[in-house]
Amino acid sequence: MTRKINMQKTVEANSKGDILHQYLEASAVGVRIIGLDKSFGENHVLKGIDLEIKPGETVVILGTSGAGKSVLLRHIVGLEKPDSGAILIDGANVLDPESEGRHRIAMVFQSSALFNSLSVGENIALYLREHRVFREEEKIRRIVGDSLSIVGLDDKGNIMPNELSGGMKRRVAIARALVMNPELILFDEPTSGLDPIMTRTIGEVILNLRKHVEVTQVVVTHDIDFAFYIADRVAVLSGGKIIEVGTPEQIRRSNDASVREFITPQFELKEGGKNHENRV
Amino acid sequence: MMGEVLKLNSVISLFQTTGEILRLLGESVYWCRTFFDNRDKVYRQMLEIGNHTLPVGALISLFIGGVLALQSGPALAQFGVEENIGGIVGLSMVKELGPVMAAILVAGRVGSAMTAEIASMSVYEEIDALKTMDINPVRYLVMPRFIASLFALPILVVYMDIIGWFGGALVSFANPDIHISFNVYFRNLSELVEFSDILNGLVKAMVFGIIISIVCCYVGLKTKGGPREIGTSVTKAVVLSFILILIFDYYITRVLIFLGLD
Repeated sequence: MTRKINMQKTVEANSKGDILHQYLEASAVGVRIIGLDKSFGENHVLKGIDLEIKPGETVVILGTSGAGKSVLLRHIVGLEKPDSGAILIDGANVLDPESEGRHRIAMVFQSSALFNSLSVGENIALYLREHRVFREEEKIRRIVGDSLSIVGLDDKGNIMPNELSGGMKRRVAIARALVMNPELILFDEPTSGLDPIMTRTIGEVILNLRKHVEVTQVVVTHDIDFAFYIADRVAVLSGGKIIEVGTPEQIRRSNDASVREFITPQFELKEGGKNHENRV
Repeated sequence: MMGEVLKLNSVISLFQTTGEILRLLGESVYWCRTFFDNRDKVYRQMLEIGNHTLPVGALISLFIGGVLALQSGPALAQFGVEENIGGIVGLSMVKELGPVMAAILVAGRVGSAMTAEIASMSVYEEIDALKTMDINPVRYLVMPRFIASLFALPILVVYMDIIGWFGGALVSFANPDIHISFNVYFRNLSELVEFSDILNGLVKAMVFGIIISIVCCYVGLKTKGGPREIGTSVTKAVVLSFILILIFDYYITRVLIFLGLD
């Protein structure tokens, strides 16, 4: 029921978001990761990652917890510096000071990272206000309203982040990323800790974003169903390396043992659901 | 051998921290050029400082002035020079106790809140979110606190000085061992306390304002981990601010004496 309501709001938003559509004029960028290597002390997290993401694509990086997915994402957005290797965005190295600020890269953090001292609306408007994108406060308010509509949270602009559920926070974080007019959006575990219904809602929101803005999306997750649902291509990260890249169908049919181990359910339910009878 | 390595690491760490604090100070000064665009944040921080310190500041300065009069007044009265109490309380307040007590109050009440807020933002990835939004954390978070502390502290010192003078006057009048009129007290105070003495205290207050804002923001920004680390950072920032306030108080006084301004 919740999903139906949310989706209905999302669909309505398509017709509402005029001012936002005028503002969202970015074109998607391609990303190329070449031989990315990173260690934290003794812990060698990324071991020569190579990956190419085409403009406008939604690529999901799938891997177990601690595989280095978030670290990879933080490198793309420039929050971490690699030990070696490079990340090129439309051919420009993200570490090159000259390419700083050339591309708008938004990131949706696992913790949502909403500013707790600002209301939901102020969180979303922050980028617009700090960068003086619009002088008219009215325009900012309308864009905030439109972006909240897109994520199905029309009337939540005035409340504080601590009054939101986990799923709502993620959607606000997505709306905040959207108003950056991004060319590339990175999602760090957008569904972790959410129930299946909210996971589906977040999936719909991510898929829906491409109707509003021409954007490349990179999503890291360990949620296999979610990954296959939203991805154009899936890259499987294991042991600090990308072990396989392909469409969801190709990954499903992969013969690689590590990939199969990851995507095949780990639990086999006994008949009658009595898996617990040997405990105690 | 192990001990020597540890000592060397501590020395390197001390230099590194000092360097990083000075760098943060430099960046904050650099971003002051955006004051006009960020003036609302500065005003908000100044209001915050005022809200947190004015009532307590009034209370402690009233009693500090009172205790100064209480301790020095009877001794002066023994020699029949109790009319000089106004100058003694006045000078002690403007040159030393006003700035130091105001700084300690701001470090304890406002500096701790600065560290807690910024540390929490660091721990919960809000600082990273700012960076990804191409919003410089020093401009957005540190610079407004830096300017607010720089100007709010001298204002607070003047406010506390005046209340401290009244505290001294009340005790000097009410205490039977001293018992001098308000008139005599304030005439002596105005004769002995010169504008340069007040300026002296204001210079100290500005330096203390810089120390508190930069140290507390620095510790907050460097916080990693979870809620426990936020608490540890707050304690660390307040203690470090107290130590630096007292050390710098001595050296500023030395410099002012050297320059003939004290």
